[in-house]
Amino acid sequence: MADRIQQAYTMRNPENLKFKSPEGLTEELVRRISKDKNEPEWMLQRRLKSLEIFNSKPIPAWGPSLKDLNLDKIHYYLRPNAKNSKSWKEVPKDIYGTFEKLGIPEAERKALGGVGAQYESETIYHNLKKDLEKKGVVFTDCDTGLKEYEELFKRYFMTTCVSPNLHKFAALHAAVWSGGTFIYVPKNVKVEIPLQAYFRMNAQKGGQFEHTLIIADEGSEIHYIEGCSAPQYQESSLHAGCVEIHVLKNARVRYSSIENWSKNTYNLNTKRAVVEENGIIEWVNGNLGSHTTMLYPCSVLKGKNAKSDYIGIAYAGRGQYQDTGCKVYHLEKNTSSTVLSKGVSVDGGVTSYRGLVQINSGAVNSKSSVRCDGLMLDNKSKAMTLPAMDVHESQVEVSHEAVVGKIGEEDLFYLMSRGLSEMEATKLIVSGFIEPVVKELPLEYAVELNKLIELEIENSIC
Amino acid sequence: MKSKKILEIKNLHVEVEGKEILKGLNLTLERGKINALMGPNGSGKSTLVNAIMGHPKYIVTKGQILFEGEDIINLSPDKRAKKGIFLSFQYPREISGVGVSKFLKTISKKLNPEFSLTDFKKNLKENSEILGISKEMNERYLNAGFSGGEKKKNEILQMLIMNPQLMMLDETDSGLDVDSLKTVAKGVNAAMGKDKCVFIITHYKRILEYVKPDKVLIMINGKIVLSGSGKLADELEKKGYEWIEED
Ligand SMILES: Nc1ncnc2c1ncn2[C@@H]1O[C@H](COP(=O)(O)OP(=O)(O)OP(=O)(O)O)[C@@H](O)[C@H]1O
Ligand SMILES: [Mg+2]
Repeated sequence: MADRIQQAYTMRNPENLKFKSPEGLTEELVRRISKDKNEPEWMLQRRLKSLEIFNSKPIPAWGPSLKDLNLDKIHYYLRPNAKNSKSWKEVPKDIYGTFEKLGIPEAERKALGGVGAQYESETIYHNLKKDLEKKGVVFTDCDTGLKEYEELFKRYFMTTCVSPNLHKFAALHAAVWSGGTFIYVPKNVKVEIPLQAYFRMNAQKGGQFEHTLIIADEGSEIHYIEGCSAPQYQESSLHAGCVEIHVLKNARVRYSSIENWSKNTYNLNTKRAVVEENGIIEWVNGNLGSHTTMLYPCSVLKGKNAKSDYIGIAYAGRGQYQDTGCKVYHLEKNTSSTVLSKGVSVDGGVTSYRGLVQINSGAVNSKSSVRCDGLMLDNKSKAMTLPAMDVHESQVEVSHEAVVGKIGEEDLFYLMSRGLSEMEATKLIVSGFIEPVVKELPLEYAVELNKLIELEIENSIC
Repeated sequence: MKSKKILEIKNLHVEVEGKEILKGLNLTLERGKINALMGPNGSGKSTLVNAIMGHPKYIVTKGQILFEGEDIINLSPDKRAKKGIFLSFQYPREISGVGVSKFLKTISKKLNPEFSLTDFKKNLKENSEILGISKEMNERYLNAGFSGGEKKKNEILQMLIMNPQLMMLDETDSGLDVDSLKTVAKGVNAAMGKDKCVFIITHYKRILEYVKPDKVLIMINGKIVLSGSGKLADELEKKGYEWIEED
């Protein structure tokens, strides 16, 4: 299994594209994307407006440095030579091979209610189990979603959840987005097996801007899983995806994602959920790959009793900077949030937990508990925690705990005295450190995440 | 034929944080024998067993540690464990997130690769029963939140699973209630065999009533200064250490 996984992340296919935009971003390209997709005029107008916002906003001056990210060198739109199929048989062999190595078709057969697969800028496979389709569940790519559910898109697509004004890369995303996932779960429908989408970048200096829009109608439930990866090239690529989740009254959404971009990808991702009364959002967030990640899944607890649970794990090896954390806005009474985050850094890598809990005045009886820990495997690495609390209401319960430290020499000795090599002991300690997060994952993902981290540790401690 | 001597230490000098703690220690342990090591606080007992196990902070500056005739000073702790050396820690570490039974399975595979999973499970069940350790206990994380006594019992469970030749117990009896003490002693006696050797550090003769020593050694200020039969422990309990001359 370890071999299969390693291969899946290192293999690259030769480029086989129907269209590859030249380097850089222009209005002409934005128009071309919209035209290629046959979009309604209002979407084109939104894209163009967003391009303006993008051009007017500065690169963030806080957090990890983005000075080596050359936005003029990125290919923003890459159409693979494949159409969107409902059957894996119709997917071109090389592309199928990649997803096969990533274990996607197998997982679909075993444990998933539906699967979407995106390659470069386009979705190449999408399928939903028949019984879910019958219940009215919609699971498709966003391009198709826009065509078939235009009214929902007008109302929910980058409006009240993630606005293009949020930051520079949200605006960029809104200008050049392509592919992704659209899910609608009708009232009171509970989808019991997870749906999954997998996003793969293959081309050098590519950009991927998939959009995920989930609308969980009142009283519904859904678990959606996203995986992402890309092989390694000399020059940087850019991922600026966007996830928007609308959790309506009494609904519950669990969103899990394990991102394993190549070590030179800039992963500048935006994820946000708006949660109505009694709604629950659960975030499971794993960040292993990438050169630099800036990702702060955010829950806006808009209705009474709304709840947000976040568990996150970040791993940073040589040259990597994982800047992640959860943001929660408590806007109403009785809202609650929990955060559990674990960062592991090795060989000069940096993890930082950057979070925010804001409780507005009037949000009485709200509760929040934050725990963020960092483990460094050597003296070269760094782990930081930067949790911010902004509380404007006195009748609330907030707690915060953070433990940051280096792997203990005494712990290593203890385990080695039981016959484990230094490497095995290190791996065991790391697996124990991340266990509270891993145990929340579905089994296959837990096993895969552990294996990935073991591989990373093996590669960095020799 | 294995030689009678399992461990032989010659003129051992050990430093911790730049300070010399063991100052020319000599010691021979034989197979089939139970040995007790006693001595005042800070005399260097834990330092000795840590140095034998290969703790990186305990630096051997001079002398030899021969295990089954081979000098092990340059071996890492895991290699020493594989040769059959075991240390029950005075202060066992808490390893959060690592389940006890999963951990025991891992070390069983390392130390006894010939055991199948079924063998291991049987072993785990039997040995847990000897020590009165419940199934639930083995589903918890290794030592995390364990009481002092629970930790010590878990050390002995690990020892029984690993099946070592040389069993060094660093104050395993400290903090145990009367019943637990008997249970732990039962575990140690179960692990003992004619090829094996127990080296037990203690401050009290109580445990020595259940794990009967063939020999009692006294350490003062980094050296073994006296050895005698089991009776020596009674004498120490009455008189303390002051009557013993250092040289
Ligand atoms: N890791 C360490 N760092 C600094 N000093 C140490 C360390 N380990 C031991 N020492 C010192 O070495 C000396 C001997 O300690 P050691 O733990 O070996 O004593 P001991 O005989 O086991 O005592 P006790 O009966 O109290 O357990 C003490 O002065 C102790 O402070
Ligand atoms: Mg001691």
